[in-house]
Amino acid sequence: MLEIKDLTVEVEGKEILRDLNLNIERGEVHVLFGPNGCGKTTLLMAILGLPNYKVKKGSITFKGVNITDFPTNERVKLGMGMSFQHPPEIRGVKLGDMVNIALGRKEEKIDENVIDLAKRLNISVDFLNRDVNLGFSGGEVKRSEILQLLAQSPDFIMFDEPDSGVDIENIELIGKIISELMDRNKMPSKRKKAGLIITHSGSIMRYIKADRAHVMLDGRIACSGMPDEITKNIMETGFEKCVELCVRREEAGAE
Amino acid sequence: MNKKETIERARRAKTKKAALGEDIAIENFVTGREHDPLNSLDDFPEEYQQDLLDAGIEPSEKDRSGSFLQQDCSVVFSTVKYNGLELMSTTDALKEHDWLKDYLWKAVPVDMDKYTAEVELEQTHGYFIRSEAGSKVTMPVQSCLFITTDKIGQKVHNIIIAEEDSELHIITGCSVSHAVNSALHLGVSEFYVKKGAKITFTMIHNWSRGMEVRPRSAVVIEDDGVFISNYILMTPVKSLQMYPTAYCVGRNARATFQSIIYASGDTKIDSGSRAVLQGEGSRSEIISRVIATDNAKVIARSDVIGEAANAKGHIECRGLMLSDSAEVDSIPELKATRKDLDLSHEAAVGKIAEEEIQYLMARGLSEEEATSVIIRGFLNVDITGLPDALARETKKMFDMSLEKVM
Ligand SMILES: Nc1ncnc2c1ncn2[C@@H]1O[C@H](COP(=O)(O)OP(=O)(O)OP(=O)(O)O)[C@@H](O)[C@H]1O
Ligand SMILES: [Mg+2]
Repeated sequence: MLEIKDLTVEVEGKEILRDLNLNIERGEVHVLFGPNGCGKTTLLMAILGLPNYKVKKGSITFKGVNITDFPTNERVKLGMGMSFQHPPEIRGVKLGDMVNIALGRKEEKIDENVIDLAKRLNISVDFLNRDVNLGFSGGEVKRSEILQLLAQSPDFIMFDEPDSGVDIENIELIGKIISELMDRNKMPSKRKKAGLIITHSGSIMRYIKADRAHVMLDGRIACSGMPDEITKNIMETGFEKCVELCVRREEAGAE
Repeated sequence: MNKKETIERARRAKTKKAALGEDIAIENFVTGREHDPLNSLDDFPEEYQQDLLDAGIEPSEKDRSGSFLQQDCSVVFSTVKYNGLELMSTTDALKEHDWLKDYLWKAVPVDMDKYTAEVELEQTHGYFIRSEAGSKVTMPVQSCLFITTDKIGQKVHNIIIAEEDSELHIITGCSVSHAVNSALHLGVSEFYVKKGAKITFTMIHNWSRGMEVRPRSAVVIEDDGVFISNYILMTPVKSLQMYPTAYCVGRNARATFQSIIYASGDTKIDSGSRAVLQGEGSRSEIISRVIATDNAKVIARSDVIGEAANAKGHIECRGLMLSDSAEVDSIPELKATRKDLDLSHEAAVGKIAEEEIQYLMARGLSEEEATSVIIRGFLNVDITGLPDALARETKKMFDMSLEKVM
């Protein structure tokens, strides 16, 4: 579904991603780990095509279409979606309005369709009427993002730390919805969707079985492997050691 | 002050330039011919009906407690459907009520500048609206000052009185026919909110590129009185300068000014709101949203003067720039003359944040659609204090005028 080749991305004139390669097939969910500032968010923003993230080299192909030069909304039309790590506040634009927009409706009203979706995330009508992200708590931001994606229902979904700052009960709630959004509750052969999740705690992974994990270091995918194993290695030894282990094993395998 | 003295003071102020705004040569504008009265608002010529609608006027008079329409310098329609409510031309009202003269030039000084003086000396009607003591007229009164003739100078004096414990809601529109290239509107409005009374005043200015406009408004609010003004201007105007002032003279008097301005083309606006807190515990809130695009120049003023114990005033002004050749000066002022009060202001002028556009694009909108959603949001001030039906309607009028500009 998504194929990234030799991608080099600059932000504000600074090279953040270098020769990055990544393939995500239909029906797959990948998880991306990596230390603060290594470029995880940058990768998602670049996939989504936000203008500050300049592709200097390489290509992004989505559903067989080379979208490297597509504006964001065209990519969204093709079926991409993302939950933001730090979404901006927009004064006078309500969360309910955002849900309508994500639903692709010109509708102004916050009606039953919107309210029913919100209920699934324990979001009240009052909350739908608040200006989006303005004064939202950390956990509320995450639920609001998932709600918008639930409305949008993209085929390929990127989640930028959907679990950071979320309490235990809500992690379960969010985890189940994310899992459903990516067809995880379906038989592997029936899965039409795909996703890429950034997480630090990994706590959300209890509810979403990922197919593959990657560790990013300094703007590159430094190693990839089975999610359980990679998570375990990171927890026990840290990112650098995890990558060393990974690389050594690959070398061993190559011999 | 008797009539003779008033006229004398007006005469002396005939050439007195206004403190703010560029000087207008009043003598370039004429009174024009009289227009015939209408039997109903529907009889107003077809070509003006849309402009009437754009100014928030409901031609069917549905859900209105009264209607008033002045075309150029003639009052062409005036009806009241509600007991306890009076609505008529100020000229007629002065003949009917001997006491009314005591309300003239009490809130606005007749010699404030040449425009007030001109209205005293060359007045052509204006409306008189009064709610009797204790009568709550929740259905709004609609009034419209309409200009249909080129080179006309419309000089109105409006008097609005809410007697003790009464409630009065007014929708007023100022509009101009698209056939008019240049015209002048001078409007003096004096509001009196008596003890425990409430006035909400929702005004839509639907001007055009050739209009020069000098409203002169003031409000006197007594004990526990409430005055709420909602002002909407979305169309271009050649030159508009106004600085309506609310005097909260009574204990716990409250004044709210909300204004929404979308300035485009070569529009020049100098617009402010002022509250003078003279009554103990009186309060004011001034909220303004200004969007400037094209070559528009806007000075957005706001001023709160706190003179009484436990007075409270807040100013919130936001400006949004959509063009590099537009200009917004935001000038909030606070003045306190004692220690036991609380005045504050927030002001911000900026451009649309790229981040916000991208966020909306990430939900599927094009750049233009995203921009329009943000602009709508920016102008979306929650209108408080209006009865529900009126609030909904005001929102609709606002959406309609926004649709027209975007
Ligand atoms: N607009 C910008 N201007 C300058 N530097 C930027 C900008 N955006 C990102 N960067 C830099 O790019 C690097 C990668 O940032 P990115 O947000 O992708 O990290 P991350 O892996 O998501 O980190 P975290 O785990 O903290 O979310 C950081 O050093 C960051 O400071
Ligand atoms: Mg990040």
